Amino acid sequence: MNSLLFERVRDIVADVFSLSPDQISTSSSPDNIEGWDSLQHLNVVLALEKEFDLQFSPEEIEQMLSVELIVDLIEEKLAAIPTI
Amino acid sequence: MPDPRNQRQQIENYITREEWFAARDALIALWQQQPSPATANFVIARFERLRERLPMTLCRLAILRSFTVEPLALLLRAGAFASGIDLTVQVGDFNAYPQEIFNPDSKLYRFSPDVVVLAIQTRDIAPELWHSFTSLSPDDVNAEVNRITASFNDWIEAFGKNSQAHLILHGLETPLFPAQGALDSQTAHSQATAIQTINRELQRLAGEHRGVYFLDYDAVVARFGRSRWHDERRWLTMRLPMTVDAFTELTGEWLRFLHPLTGRICKALVTDLDNTLWGGVIGEDGMEGIKLGAEYPGADFQSLQRAMLDLHRRGIILAVNSKNNEADALTAIETHPGMILRPAHFAALRINWQDKAQNLREIATELNIGLDAIAFIDDNPAECARARQELPEVTVIELPKDSKDYAATLRNCAVFERLTLSAEDRERGRHYAEQRQRAELQIGATSIEDFYRSLEQEVMIEPVTPMTLARTAQLTQKTNQFNLTTRRYSEQRIAEIAGNSEWRVYTASVKDRFGDHGLVGVMIAKAERNVWEIDAFLLSCRVIGRTVETALLSFLAEEARDNGARQLQGWFLPTKKNAPANSFYRDHAFQVIEETGDGKLYSVDLQLQQSQLACPEWIKLQVSAQTNKESLHLEQLTV
Repeated sequence: MNSLLFERVRDIVADVFSLSPDQISTSSSPDNIEGWDSLQHLNVVLALEKEFDLQFSPEEIEQMLSVELIVDLIEEKLAAIPTI
Repeated sequence: MPDPRNQRQQIENYITREEWFAARDALIALWQQQPSPATANFVIARFERLRERLPMTLCRLAILRSFTVEPLALLLRAGAFASGIDLTVQVGDFNAYPQEIFNPDSKLYRFSPDVVVLAIQTRDIAPELWHSFTSLSPDDVNAEVNRITASFNDWIEAFGKNSQAHLILHGLETPLFPAQGALDSQTAHSQATAIQTINRELQRLAGEHRGVYFLDYDAVVARFGRSRWHDERRWLTMRLPMTVDAFTELTGEWLRFLHPLTGRICKALVTDLDNTLWGGVIGEDGMEGIKLGAEYPGADFQSLQRAMLDLHRRGIILAVNSKNNEADALTAIETHPGMILRPAHFAALRINWQDKAQNLREIATELNIGLDAIAFIDDNPAECARARQELPEVTVIELPKDSKDYAATLRNCAVFERLTLSAEDRERGRHYAEQRQRAELQIGATSIEDFYRSLEQEVMIEPVTPMTLARTAQLTQKTNQFNLTTRRYSEQRIAEIAGNSEWRVYTASVKDRFGDHGLVGVMIAKAERNVWEIDAFLLSCRVIGRTVETALLSFLAEEARDNGARQLQGWFLPTKKNAPANSFYRDHAFQVIEETGDGKLYSVDLQLQQSQLACPEWIKLQVSAQTNKESLHLEQLTV
């Protein structure tokens, strides 16, 4: 996994749940983070969209079920953007 | 751009070291660079630790809505904290606003909000107009427009019965593409026109109801860019109609309303000169060299001056704070053909080589306003940083690098927003500038009496009328310095006592050779057979110290005497702010006859002390023929 990318995602997820970054790992998910409900999931999505200047489709949003899956998805999406 | 990680660490350090204002400024800078949902949480959490340490205005905001606003509410709270507003937000259930408004015991009213936003989308309240416009006949369209307008009217009326809160109505948006395409603009039967008609009606309703305001949502969408605003898929899956980039456009618009509604506003704008009002440095480039005119590049600076002139006409006082040779700068302001602002627009001028923070302090004193009512605009980041550090109460507006963005930066400042404008507000900028010219005259006069004489003051006294009722109540509520009792009255209360034969309520307007100050004084007295007691006696700080107060007292003494009274008396109740009125009764031969913990009751014998109670010879006192109570149409005063 891209560790630089993981750190950026980790910091954003930590911010959304008002946790410190070291409380977030690759396996953090709605199952083990308190308060990660659908509204907070929307906040995570919006924060990531703003940070990485991306847009997630409804299908992608449904798949973003852990920090690891989120990092993989963003890596994939960033790779698909043609560089100038 | 600074590394956000370091910035965050720096903020933590400031908080640990209890440097509250430095922490605040760093949080504001972080927020301005990254207004994102993630940063919002960080900013809110830090401000929640600072809220007891900083001057914050509390405000309870309820949002009634037809779409997802929760992520926006988060950004709004962060933005509000950065503006000095500690916001508590309640979000209503989806499309539950009619119940919330009609039920006096609803969650909305139990929350006791200060401000309520009614945010409804066109497609939710007018689905026919939005989705199926081409299937509607002109009559159908009219019926829809009327139905929607009537609903809003019902909601506004019901809301007014149940709550004192301010109500902000979102207008309706027009679609990205009208249903009839280009034809829509060619026909009277137009989708855009139907929606705009509803908006005009909402604007009218807002104008007819006190405390109700219209937010032009369609204009907000247009300013951001209609095609970039919408996110249709997110609307369909999450009931969130806009992209995350559009959030700050809408939360920013909400803040434009919250600033004036919570009183977080600036009364004065203090401006730098070089590279702010004009391009270049007057002391080096000279009159021919500075950039200022209708063409590139001087036009950028004219745009900024035009924005300042608009603020001046909105009642915001302008002043200059510049490091320059005064003569050079004044020549440019007075004679440069490209200048839009002239000396008459500025209420105070500090053009010298001293510290700008010191100049700002002096300007605040001269204008008689608090530092927290001052905004300072400068292109130089070092001057801005210095002002922030020295005077944390002052709002500092740092101009962007490129002068093309100057005017928009100023026009975007929410501290200058006003939602209502009185005639007094419109004239205020001019009043203060005239005041400066008066002060210059005072320096020229050889004695204080000469100065008073040269002012050519005229004082007009009349009983309160329906026309002056609102201003009279406002003066009793706002005047702090020359106010002998600091008793606050509502319009209702003044109307009541003015209708009572034992009471007198007089207003005073003042003019002088420089202009008209308008209605600036109020006297309220209880008239008993032998004794008249002054219940309120106050004068706006604009005209104190020019013997107008003596003229008013002489009028009151005369009235009391004419009505057979022997004594005129009144309390002086000291407050933190009314020291200017402290010796007023004593200076006019009144004696203390009673003293309590709250203040002193003074009295004067109206037969003995005629000379000390005379009107100064340099004031022309005019008394309205209507001072006779019987001629007042009191029924008009019933509120």
